[in-house]
Amino acid sequence: MSFDLEKIRRDFPILSTQMNGKPLVFLDSAASSQKPKSVIDTIRKYYEAENANIHRGIYYLSQKATEKYEMTRIKTSRFIGAACAKVVIFTRNTTESINLVAQSWGRTNIHEGDEIVLTELEHHSNLVPWQMLAQEKQAVLKFIPLNQDSTLDLSNLDEIITERVKLVALAQMSNVTGTIHDLSAIIRRAREVGAKVLIDGAQGICHLPTNVQKEDFDFYTFSAHKMLGPTGVGVLYAKEEILDTMPPWMGGGDMISKVWKEKSTYADLPARLEAGTPNISGVIGFGAALEYLESVGMQEIRNHELELLQYALDRLEDFGGLELYGTNDLSKRGGVISFNFPGVHPHDVGSILDEEGIAIRVGHHCAQPFMDFKGIAGTCRASFYLYNTKEDVDSLLVGLKKVKEIFGRVLKR
Amino acid sequence: MSLSDSLYQEVLLDHYQNPRHHGKMEHSDLHQEGVNPLCGDEVELFLKLKGDIISEISFVGKGCSISQASASMLTDSLYGKTISEAKSLLQEFKGMLLEDKAPNFPEEYEDLESMEAVKKIPARIKCATLAWNTLEKAIGK
Repeated sequence: MSFDLEKIRRDFPILSTQMNGKPLVFLDSAASSQKPKSVIDTIRKYYEAENANIHRGIYYLSQKATEKYEMTRIKTSRFIGAACAKVVIFTRNTTESINLVAQSWGRTNIHEGDEIVLTELEHHSNLVPWQMLAQEKQAVLKFIPLNQDSTLDLSNLDEIITERVKLVALAQMSNVTGTIHDLSAIIRRAREVGAKVLIDGAQGICHLPTNVQKEDFDFYTFSAHKMLGPTGVGVLYAKEEILDTMPPWMGGGDMISKVWKEKSTYADLPARLEAGTPNISGVIGFGAALEYLESVGMQEIRNHELELLQYALDRLEDFGGLELYGTNDLSKRGGVISFNFPGVHPHDVGSILDEEGIAIRVGHHCAQPFMDFKGIAGTCRASFYLYNTKEDVDSLLVGLKKVKEIFGRVLKR
Repeated sequence: MSLSDSLYQEVLLDHYQNPRHHGKMEHSDLHQEGVNPLCGDEVELFLKLKGDIISEISFVGKGCSISQASASMLTDSLYGKTISEAKSLLQEFKGMLLEDKAPNFPEEYEDLESMEAVKKIPARIKCATLAWNTLEKAIGK
């Protein structure tokens, strides 16, 4: 089908609202995407007509809710190209998925002197859990360095990923610069030394056609809220043989097989790693989000974002005086643009744009090591999704002109 | 008023561009660092005391125009004042921004009054109060 931008925009009620008396220009989907009506309606319908707890009730509503919840698991496994549904574990978000791996697989498999390889472009979710694990186990963190254009410097990969490395964990796409990493070389090297690979797909899955089996990921983590779904739903995918060896990390209802006073046995996958009542409405709403993305097509979304990215980069270059971060090779970049006005703090830019109804993200984007690398306090980040238009980019440029007027004196320094 | 309001702009940008009492101080009597972890704004305050009087004051920092201009206004306002005057000014300033109290500053502090505009941008109140929270820690020691 063709990519019908007008129709897509009509599907997202918030896009026709006003912000500070001006039409909303939403350029912060990398933080959290907007939701289509079908997702909102699915959640409302669940609460109005289908609400019950899952996996317990013998009555109709509970059976129905269970069926819908488990249907999303099946949809998710198809969406990412997993072998079966039971390798899809629902969590609260990407952060929880990564912590699950660190606490369950990590504490079992990482020992003193072992090494964990990350990159200098990770956001805090894929950094702090490994710092905590490394401190507990006296393991060592190593970092793949960056080239000036924010792509990974893979020239010393063999020296970084050595026989001591047990895990390589990195983002599929950077939330700061939009860099899409060359994962194949890294995964190939990890295989040579027998290390596992965790791909943080928080920014990747929403923008890029992804197949976890073809790309040979051991672990893959992402959040529903960045891909048109509700907040509070995350996914951990892992290869079945890895999940099979992972002990529970939270104990409670639903994850057990049999319970005595002194001990318990645990349920099979995926229940063993999903303790307690989950975000049922969220997971069911996420199912509607996956359907929406599939109806548009991930490749179509990618193509649309590339067109916007090229348009925006050209206009921002022409604007003059801006510092732009990230590679110009669009095959290695998603729809994220980080930039700075030298001399003006990103927060000041963000406040002025807000007055114009333009929502961008400003600050360190939970990626402080990258800011240190660049020697900056933060960046202004405009990020695109399927519903953004060239007019949104034009509005951004008008807003930036206003920043230039207000901070003209400072900029002349 | 808002960031694009011209009067506010004038005062704020003047302090941002030409920060008063800027620089580190050797042998200070009071020294305190402050940081807003969510946005990364930093302010470091140095005070020298003669008895109860703030005889020297300076700051260094990095961050947005509001956080740095506010620090500049703070040092400008407190230079030569007593610690108890500093405390009451602190209450007045934080009351204006955090408790929605109408500002009631003596005339010499009119620059501080311009900071009331930040109330219109709730996300930035923590920028404006950073230096003052840092002061609170410094004199509370």
